[in-house]
Amino acid sequence: MSIPLTTPRPARPPAPPAGDTESRAWLRDLGSPGPSREDAAARLHALLLKAAGIEVRRRARAHPHLRGDDLDDLALQAADDALMSILARLDTFRGESRFTTWAYKFALLEAAVKVRKRAWQGREIPLDEPDWSRVADPGSRPHEASERRELLDAVREGIAVALTAHQRDVLLALAVNGAPIDVLAERLGTTRGALYKTLHDARARLRAHLAARGLDPRTAEASP
Amino acid sequence: MSGRGERAMLTRLLGAAGPDVGCDACFEELDRYVELELAGADADAAFPGMRAHLEGCPACAEEHESLRALVGQRSQEEPR
Repeated sequence: MSIPLTTPRPARPPAPPAGDTESRAWLRDLGSPGPSREDAAARLHALLLKAAGIEVRRRARAHPHLRGDDLDDLALQAADDALMSILARLDTFRGESRFTTWAYKFALLEAAVKVRKRAWQGREIPLDEPDWSRVADPGSRPHEASERRELLDAVREGIAVALTAHQRDVLLALAVNGAPIDVLAERLGTTRGALYKTLHDARARLRAHLAARGLDPRTAEASP
Repeated sequence: MSGRGERAMLTRLLGAAGPDVGCDACFEELDRYVELELAGADADAAFPGMRAHLEGCPACAEEHESLRALVGQRSQEEPR
């Protein structure tokens, strides 16, 4: 096989041994075979478990039915899964942040996702529209209340006429009924990123619907 | 706060205006974004579209707050 004169560049050049001393040490130890890798993985797991434990307990305050062993189990699962993700993606660490900052985000993501999924286990995700009559700002000045009410009415109309059924369901589940995006993504058999794209597209359609009626959402952002 | 109910609902339904990086890119850059924030740098200028995403995605916003709190606390305990 001949070697082309110009080889395609990789999507991202290999990460240079950049970063602070501690980060380089983590990369060296986790990337080397043998006992030093196992030792580093164990030290990293301990850090991840501590971070996940803090996060699980913090989030559990909003879900009183999650307690004790449940939380320890969720934190351990989160640390285990975060460690697997990190080891599988070591070559994507670019040394542009501390290694521990990069690693912590995996533990926090796993902890958050696991708590949200556990909290919504066995619950249906509502797709209800808001009770529009109760969405009100009693203290607003009359002209601002009137402008916001006009916006809300147009948004309500946009939800009915400008969105696909799927966009409507996703918007109402996530933005109105407070369903976690990863819980909904799992139930719909899709990814969080893909579902957010659906939400983003729905919002763009609503904004376009407002613009076509000469309405500006920034009206709602005006100070009271 | 006056105006909160309607404004909050409109914000949830319409999201933030402007470019939005989405969940995957947000996770990809979150560590650098948080470190810039904690260093007092202009993280939003360095990562256009992150702020809009954090305002429009409650899950990513929660994870951002958690990482910021954890790293901020760790930085105080273990100065670089």
